Amino acid sequence: MGRYTLRRLLQMIPVFIGSTFLIFFMVYALGDPVAALFGDKAPDPATAARIREDLYLDEPLWRQYAHYMGQIFSGHFGTAFNGQPVTELMASAFPVTLRLTLVAVAFEMALGITLGVLSGLRRGRGLDTSVLLLTLVVVSVPTFVSGTVLQYLFGVTWGWARPSVSPEAPLNELLLPGVVLGLVSLAYTTRLTRTSIVENARADYVRTAVAKGLPRHRIVTRHLLRNSLIPVVTFIGTDIGALMGGAIVTERIFNIHGVGYQLYQGILRQNSPTVVGFVTILVIVFLLANLLVDLLYAVLDPRIRYA
Amino acid sequence: MPEPFDTRYDTTEAIAPPGSGGGRPVDPTASGPRTPKGGPPPKGGPRRGPWRRLPLPWRGEPGRRSGGPAAPTGRGLWTDAWHDLRRNPIFVASALIILFLVVIAIWPQLIASGNPYHGDLARAQDGPAPGHPFGYDLQGRDVYTRTVYGARASITVGICATLGAALLGSVLGGLAGYFGGWWDALLSRIADVFFGIPILLGGLVFLSVVTSGSVWPVVGFIVLLGWPQISRIARGSVVTVKEHDYVQAARVLGAGSGRTLLRHIAPNAVAPVIVVATIALGTYISLEATLSFLGVGLKPPTVSWGIDISSAATQIRNAPHMLLWPAGALSITVLAFIMLGDAVRDALDPKLR
Repeated sequence: MGRYTLRRLLQMIPVFIGSTFLIFFMVYALGDPVAALFGDKAPDPATAARIREDLYLDEPLWRQYAHYMGQIFSGHFGTAFNGQPVTELMASAFPVTLRLTLVAVAFEMALGITLGVLSGLRRGRGLDTSVLLLTLVVVSVPTFVSGTVLQYLFGVTWGWARPSVSPEAPLNELLLPGVVLGLVSLAYTTRLTRTSIVENARADYVRTAVAKGLPRHRIVTRHLLRNSLIPVVTFIGTDIGALMGGAIVTERIFNIHGVGYQLYQGILRQNSPTVVGFVTILVIVFLLANLLVDLLYAVLDPRIRYA
Repeated sequence: MPEPFDTRYDTTEAIAPPGSGGGRPVDPTASGPRTPKGGPPPKGGPRRGPWRRLPLPWRGEPGRRSGGPAAPTGRGLWTDAWHDLRRNPIFVASALIILFLVVIAIWPQLIASGNPYHGDLARAQDGPAPGHPFGYDLQGRDVYTRTVYGARASITVGICATLGAALLGSVLGGLAGYFGGWWDALLSRIADVFFGIPILLGGLVFLSVVTSGSVWPVVGFIVLLGWPQISRIARGSVVTVKEHDYVQAARVLGAGSGRTLLRHIAPNAVAPVIVVATIALGTYISLEATLSFLGVGLKPPTVSWGIDISSAATQIRNAPHMLLWPAGALSITVLAFIMLGDAVRDALDPKLR
């Protein structure tokens, strides 16, 4: 286990460098951060040259990247164009997005597993078919459509939720955005749980449990569910990382000042330090989430052994 | 939010863990511990994948040939799948919808006589009127005509991006699976790098510097971030197939690498790629609309559902119909492709029957 973890950590290094360099390349080489500083006006050539020199932008790209990464690992993420340190932006944005993600994950776990178990136990019947069709419909409605429509219905027409979230983003205001964010993952959780239940329902240990005369609810909760939830738990684990990076649309619709909002603003204004800094953190979160899920897999399923 | 697929979970049923923008789990065949390097992929063990099914001799018996075109050598995977698909109402319905969409994407004039750019500001945001069943948008343009013309952008992006990603992914993944070695390891790492970038973020960064509003930058971007997913599927599939006896036999008979790959491996390894690509098509359309909604994908004057939804979203309190029709058309299109992929997968994977 220890050796496996170490090997995976070492494997993460080239992936981390590759991903962050790609983003760095796109932001710094395809766009022009100095021109972006001046907005619509063209910069004075002497000033621009001076800024380039101060910010190491006149050096080759790989030197810029190495310098940037060196600063990141000593905790300096640079300053945004308005003079605010990027770390300050992160400190205000990440807790908000984390809360939003937790709401989404709680929602998809509670509803997705329930629906998946119910339809998996009644394979081929009316409930099963309608749940499967419903998940397909949910998957095919893009988040920006479902978000706008639900915001209009719940927030404006019926007045059950606030259509726009305040900057502090307390948990109760994040309920509706969390549901919107978790909707597509909910469909996948449901289908995954259903598949897993259907597969395990034919397993020998379930037949043994039935033959022993155990009550049905005990067979389902103790025997079937425990084994069927392994892939679901690992899926939800990786989903946490994905949802954090994917909240851009939801945060834009509901005006939540989280990671997605800061990134969107940063990209629109070509605020390079913000963009690269946030994406670097997101890539790290994502890679670590994947590693944790793989380790969790071995803990949950003793048949899997890491050499 | 669209997102390509994952190979870790049983893709036979859970179509694809999405991730709303970024993350795709790391593939176990690439870095996971469950598979010895170069060995069969996780799903290829005891399970009989559809692509492993060979045309068995007894399949040619007359009694088993009820229905379906009678092939001289018996019913193979494809004939069998086609036989099933024709009787699947979901497949027929989604295929008809897709056919209709493709036709109006090529000839929108067939059902919409108006001009999608013609605006009448006096009628801005008006509801349905005779001859204009869907009402008018913010500029007084006919929502019906724009919804019909919007199909072209979505279908073009979906089909071109899927073709590009499938070709690139299956060639690279297939070669990696067949030859193995350092190229295989390198490809897995490169795919990991692309998987590490949240797809929406990558799209925002990459496309925000592109000034062209045509479909090609979007297609290029989706191919760039979409091929690793297909290449993993193709690699796993080729690794499974190349161990089969008929491939060994072909090699022993002196077939070169090219011939073995094209004539013996490719026909038997292509089924999973087709399934994943069909479902991916739907998610790519959705991704294009999302990028256009965020203002970095297609740009006006291109007529696109994503752009129309984006401009309607701010006006939803005054004129919900502006949002409803393009959003409905987009959802039905994505649904049709996902259902088609679902049906094709059911037909190609006999395990679920």
